[in-house]
Amino acid sequence: MSDESHNYLNAKKGIWSWLSTTDHKRIGILYAIACGAFFLLGGILATFVRTELGTPGETILGQDEYNQVFTLHGVVMVFLVIIPAIPGILGNFALPIQIGANDVAFPRLNLASWYLFMAGAIMAVCGWLFVGKVDTGWTFYTPYSSGASNAVLWLTSAVFVAGFASIFTGLNFIVTVHKMRAPGMTWNRLPLFTWAIYATGIVQVLATPVIGITMILLFLEKLMHIGIFDPALGGDPVLFQHFFWFYSHPAVYIMILPAMGIISDLMGTFSRQQVSGYTFIALSSVAIAFLGFLVWGHHMFVAGQSALSSIIFSMLTFLIGIPTGIKVFNWVATMYKGSVWLRTPMLYALMFLFLFTIGGLTGIMVGVLAVDVHLHDTYFVVAHFHYVMMGGALIGLIGGLHYWWPKMTGRMYNETAGVIAAILVFIGFNLTFFTQFFLGSKGMPRRYHDYSELLDTFPEFAALNMASTIGSYILGVGLLLILVYALYSLFRGPKATANPWGACTLEWTHTGPVPDEHNFHETPQVTRGPYDFHLADDVFGPKNNSQS
Amino acid sequence: MNQQSSIWLPEAASTIAGDVDHLFYFILVTSVILFVGVMATMVFFAWRYRRRSPNDRPTPVHENRIVEASWVVFPTILVAIVFIWGFKVFLEQGIAPPNSYEVNVTARKWSWTFTYPNGVISPDLHVPVNRPIKLRMSSEDVIHSFFVPAFRIKADVLNGRYSYVWFEATRKDTFLVACTEYCGTAHSDMYSRVIVESQDDFNTWLADNIDDGTMTPAERGERLYTLQGCFGCHSLDGSVAAGPSFAGLAGSMRNFTDGTNAVADDNYLRTSIVNPAAQIVEGYDNVMPGQYAVTMSAEEIDALIAFINEQ
Repeated sequence: MSDESHNYLNAKKGIWSWLSTTDHKRIGILYAIACGAFFLLGGILATFVRTELGTPGETILGQDEYNQVFTLHGVVMVFLVIIPAIPGILGNFALPIQIGANDVAFPRLNLASWYLFMAGAIMAVCGWLFVGKVDTGWTFYTPYSSGASNAVLWLTSAVFVAGFASIFTGLNFIVTVHKMRAPGMTWNRLPLFTWAIYATGIVQVLATPVIGITMILLFLEKLMHIGIFDPALGGDPVLFQHFFWFYSHPAVYIMILPAMGIISDLMGTFSRQQVSGYTFIALSSVAIAFLGFLVWGHHMFVAGQSALSSIIFSMLTFLIGIPTGIKVFNWVATMYKGSVWLRTPMLYALMFLFLFTIGGLTGIMVGVLAVDVHLHDTYFVVAHFHYVMMGGALIGLIGGLHYWWPKMTGRMYNETAGVIAAILVFIGFNLTFFTQFFLGSKGMPRRYHDYSELLDTFPEFAALNMASTIGSYILGVGLLLILVYALYSLFRGPKATANPWGACTLEWTHTGPVPDEHNFHETPQVTRGPYDFHLADDVFGPKNNSQS
Repeated sequence: MNQQSSIWLPEAASTIAGDVDHLFYFILVTSVILFVGVMATMVFFAWRYRRRSPNDRPTPVHENRIVEASWVVFPTILVAIVFIWGFKVFLEQGIAPPNSYEVNVTARKWSWTFTYPNGVISPDLHVPVNRPIKLRMSSEDVIHSFFVPAFRIKADVLNGRYSYVWFEATRKDTFLVACTEYCGTAHSDMYSRVIVESQDDFNTWLADNIDDGTMTPAERGERLYTLQGCFGCHSLDGSVAAGPSFAGLAGSMRNFTDGTNAVADDNYLRTSIVNPAAQIVEGYDNVMPGQYAVTMSAEEIDALIAFINEQ
C-alpha cells in the first residue's frame, strides 16, 4: 500500500501479459470480457425472439430461423454466461483476497480453465454460424436431436469442453478455501460469498461430468448408431431427459448459489449489520448443493416417469424450497436495526429479493404435481426460470459487479446513472416476464414461433405478448446504459478509495484502491468475522459508545 | 366450479379442472400474502433503518430463536399442505375410471390423428359429454405433448412407448389441443380440437364415418390423408404450411430447388410420397419423412393419389 500507483493492472504490460497471466484477478477480468461479450450476444438474440413474438404471425423470423435463434439464446445464456460468470469473474477476483490468499491453489489450472471455456465458446458460436444452425433447444432432447443434423454435435462438444472449464474452476476454489486461508480465517469467519462459491465448486465437480458423459453417449449414438436414447435404434426415449436433468438441475444451483453469496455480502455490507442466520446460510448452501442432486425428476412430471417417482421428486423439491425461503427471511432481517445505505449495489440486492422471491414462489407452484400438469412446458415455466436465472443469478451478478467495480478498476461509476439503469432494468424485467405468467397459466406453450391460432380462444395473448416485447426493449436499454457508464467510468471515472463502501472483508480492508499483483504486502491476521462492523475499528476508527 | 376463464386461468371444462384450479388459487393467494409481507418488511426496514450518518455503527442484533423457529415451521407447514393436496389431485388426474371410453392418439410432425374402437379415424377428437375418455397415445417420430388447457391435462407422447391421459368433459363445446413439447419447424402449428357433443350426436358421427368397405379409392385416400397425418403440412384450401397445399396440385407445373421443373402427374405424386427428398419444390424445406414406402401399401398409395387428383 506504500506505492498506490503500482497494482495488478499495470504490473505487466501488453496483450500477452494478459493472455499468459496466472494472476487470479486478471483471469477474472478475462472472464468478465468474455462473459460480457456473450451476454451481449445472448441479449441480442433475446430481442430477436421477443420482436418475433411481439405481433402475431411471422414478424422478422421464419419458423426455422426462430427455432435456431432461441436455441442459440439458451445455449449462450446458460453455458456461456450464467454458469461461468459469477465464479469466473467475481469468484476469481474476490475469493482469494476474501480469504487472505495471494492466489488460487492452482493458478495455471485457473488459466487453463479460461482457455477451455473460450475453446468451448468459440466451438459453440462458430459451429452454429458456420457448420449448421441447430434448432434443438438448449436441452438437446432426444429423439429430436438424434434426428437433427450432425451440427448438433458441435454444440454438444462445446458444452463438453466448456464443462471442463467449470470443473477446473470448482476444483480450484475447493482446494483454495481448504488450504489457503490466512491465519485466523476460520470457517465461521469466511465471507458468505466465499461459502457460496465453495458450495458451488462441489456441484461443479460432481455434476458436470454427467453432462460430459451424456454428450459422449449422444455422440456414440449419432455417429456409430448405438441405440441409447433413440427408440428407432432400440434406445429409451426418456433416458436422455434423466441424464440431462441429473446435470442441469444441479446446474441451476451452480447458477444461483453464487448470486446468493453476493446478496449475503451486499446485505451485510450495506446494512452494516451481521448477516442474520450466518451459520444457516453458510451450511444451507452446502446442503442445497447436495440436495440439488435429488430433484431432477421434477422436470419430468408429464414425461412418462412413474407416478411414485414424481411424488418423491415433488417432495424433495419442497425440501429444497424451505431453506431457500428461510434465506430470503434472513436477508430481509439483516437490515433490522442496521444502517441501510441505498447505493446501486444495494438496489440490486433488494431487486434480487423482489424478483427471486417471485421466482421461488412460482417454483412452489410448478413443484406441486397437479398444478404442474397444467403449467408444464408453458410460458409460466419460461417466466419462472427467467425470474430465477435472470432475476436471481444475473441481477446478483450485476449487483456484485457494481460492488467490486471500484476494487477491480480503481474507478467509481456515476451513481445517478447507476440508479436510473437499475430502475429501467427493474421495470423492463417485470414487464417482460410477469406478463408471461399470465400467458402460460392460460395455456400458451413455450417455444412457439407464432400464436395467431391461439387468438381465437385467447384474444388477450396479443396485448400480453406486445407488453412483454416492449418490456424487453426497456430492459435492453437499461442494460446498455450500464455498459455505457461502465466504459465511461473505466476511462473517465473518479478514482476510488480503498474501501468506498465501508466494507469489513479483507479485499476492502487490507488492499490498496486497486490490489497489487500479490494482493497483500504481508499476510493478513484475521481477528473478526466478515460482518463484525462493531469490531472494525480499522475501518471506522474507535467506536463512540455513547451513540449506541 | 369456475367455468369462466379468469385473468389467470382458461375456462374450465373437465371434472378435474375445478380441483386443479382450487389448488392453483390457494397457492396463488398464499404466495401473494407471503410476497407482500416480505416486500413490505423489506421496504419498511430499508426506510426505518436508513443510514443517517456515514459514521453509523449499529450494535449487532442477537438472533431471536422464536422468530427463527417460526420462519422454519410456518413455511414447512405451508409446503406440506400444498404437497399433499397436489399429490391427491395428481392421483385423480393419473387414474382413469374403469368405465372409460378408449381412443388411440397418434402424433407426428406436425399433426394429431385419433382412432376409435370401431376403426373410425379423425383429425379432431370427437367425444361424448359427461363420459370419462382415456387416450392411449404414441408418437411416430419425436416427443410431442398432448395439452388441452380447458381440461388441465397434459402428457408427453413418446415414440416406442404408450402414455395415457384421461378426462371427462363437462359441457358441449369445442376446445383447443396444442403440442407443448418442442418438435421442430411447425411445432407452433400443431393444433387439433376436442369436439364435445351429446352421446347421440357422437354416436351418429361415429356411425357416419365408419369404413364399411364400400369406399371409392378417393374416399379411402381421404381417410389416409387423415390417418397418415398428411393434413399437418398439406392443406386442402390452398393455404401454405410446412408443405405445398394439395389444392390444384395435380397437373400443375412444379418448380424445384435444383432449378428443374415438372408437371405433377401421377408418377410425380407417387415419387413425392415414397421418396419425398427426390425433388423439393421451391420455397419449401426437405422435412417430409421418408417412411411411407414402408408404412403404406401400393393400394393405399394409389388411393391417396386418387384423392389428391380430386383436389
